[in-house]
Amino acid sequence: MKTFRIIGRNFRDAFKGVFRNFSLSFASISCITITLIVVAVSMVLSNNVDNFTQLVERDVTIVAFIDNEATNEQIDEIKDEISTINNVDTYEFRSKQNITKDMRESSEVFDSIMKNWTDEENPIQNTFQIKVKDIEKIKNVANQVEKIDGITLVKYGEGMVEQLISTFDFIHKICIGAVVALILVTAFLISNTIKITINSRQREIGIMRLIGASNLNIRIPFIIEGLLLGALGSVIPILTTIYGYNALYRNFDGHLFSPFIKLIEPVPFVYTTSLILLAIGIAVGMFGSWRAVRKYLKI
Amino acid sequence: MTNVKKTYKTGVTAIQNLNLTISKGDFVFIIGSTGCGKSTLIKMLYREEKPTSGQIIVGGIDVGKLRNGKVYKIRRKIGVVFQDYKLLPKSTVYENVAFALEIFGLPKDEIHAKVLKVLELVGLKNKIKNYPSQLSGGEQQRVAIARAIVNGPKLLICDEPTGNLDPTTGMEIMEVLEEINKLGTTIIMVTHDINIVKKMNKRVIVLDSGRVLKDYAKGTYSNENI
Repeated sequence: MKTFRIIGRNFRDAFKGVFRNFSLSFASISCITITLIVVAVSMVLSNNVDNFTQLVERDVTIVAFIDNEATNEQIDEIKDEISTINNVDTYEFRSKQNITKDMRESSEVFDSIMKNWTDEENPIQNTFQIKVKDIEKIKNVANQVEKIDGITLVKYGEGMVEQLISTFDFIHKICIGAVVALILVTAFLISNTIKITINSRQREIGIMRLIGASNLNIRIPFIIEGLLLGALGSVIPILTTIYGYNALYRNFDGHLFSPFIKLIEPVPFVYTTSLILLAIGIAVGMFGSWRAVRKYLKI
Repeated sequence: MTNVKKTYKTGVTAIQNLNLTISKGDFVFIIGSTGCGKSTLIKMLYREEKPTSGQIIVGGIDVGKLRNGKVYKIRRKIGVVFQDYKLLPKSTVYENVAFALEIFGLPKDEIHAKVLKVLELVGLKNKIKNYPSQLSGGEQQRVAIARAIVNGPKLLICDEPTGNLDPTTGMEIMEVLEEINKLGTTIIMVTHDINIVKKMNKRVIVLDSGRVLKDYAKGTYSNENI
């Protein structure tokens, strides 16, 4: 009961602290708001870049061309062998007739050339289209597929895929680095602003000590105050993320510049981002307060 | 206090070889010229300063041995009143006094009753919602006294409590302290105001260069000059 009373009073004191020192609280909240908006923008950007790279990576396919002389039994054997290869995610048999049909449908030029081909004249080969689980090991899978009897050629955009992977990996690392750096800068900025707020209340802390408040008695309301400042400071960034991203998504119809660059669906993305922003605000607010009060408890 | 010595980091020795016993229920004035060690002496009592050597026992606690994190233990047993009141400026009279009880986690009703009782004792029951800036110097000092005694300390330390007040208000504060002393609280008061010391007829300790120069028993000081 006593503990609950003390916790309740700590929250009450923290609320009073925020409102009775409103100008400084406002400065802290503004600082948190501005920095968290920057963090929010960078999170939205980096997540979308990450999402885009994943989509592209998922689209990379190994095409294994099958000898046109191969019988149905041989094709089944090839299929069985492909299924045993590690790192193969999905595979699909595409007959030369299907491919021809798709090509004719996709272009009038192809249609005019191919419409008179007989099955014997058709140079297009039956294929297996294979997707891998780990794109970085695509070369290894391609090599194994190439060794299977009845496979005449394997193509997966060698060279280009490796380059794409290393570029995306680089972008991914840059994005993570930028977000982490921004969070660190935010933590530093917010904790310094809160420190100024608390420095101005040095006298108050001194008085609390003089009348017998333990370090915990003093520290907890200030840490809760930091929590409140962090939470209040994250309100506008969260609203900006939710409404801003939804508006962006609607405005661009889910794509950026071309249908190829798909944006992440707003739900649940905006909510997880908002939760992360709230967590950063609260954690940094509490840490800033803790750091600032600590200084005045070493008497 | 036994063989207490205090030398600051600057090399200044404020208290040297001081031996002093103050009994339960006493009202003691500590006087002396500026720099004689009065403030250092009482700061050591509430562990704002640590003695360099010697032993200080307050209510059974060896205050010199208290670690920083445990200082609150002695502060909760004593009340301290300062010349500059040291009130929380953004808290009301009621909140300033109640705060000293809230840190113990007492129930709201109990706090309310105790705060009103003590504010009545110092004559400020009608100003509980005022902020310190809305009070006169004398009233602020009464709030500080109320805060210092609200949890029933056995010892009340007063560091020039009348220093910022006019003589009439100063005497009113002394009357409040006298009342508190009559209720059984030991009072140690540092002051420069010789008139108050003479009028009150209490035990008087005169410090000089960090040593006890004279120790007048109750009622003997007003007849002598130093």
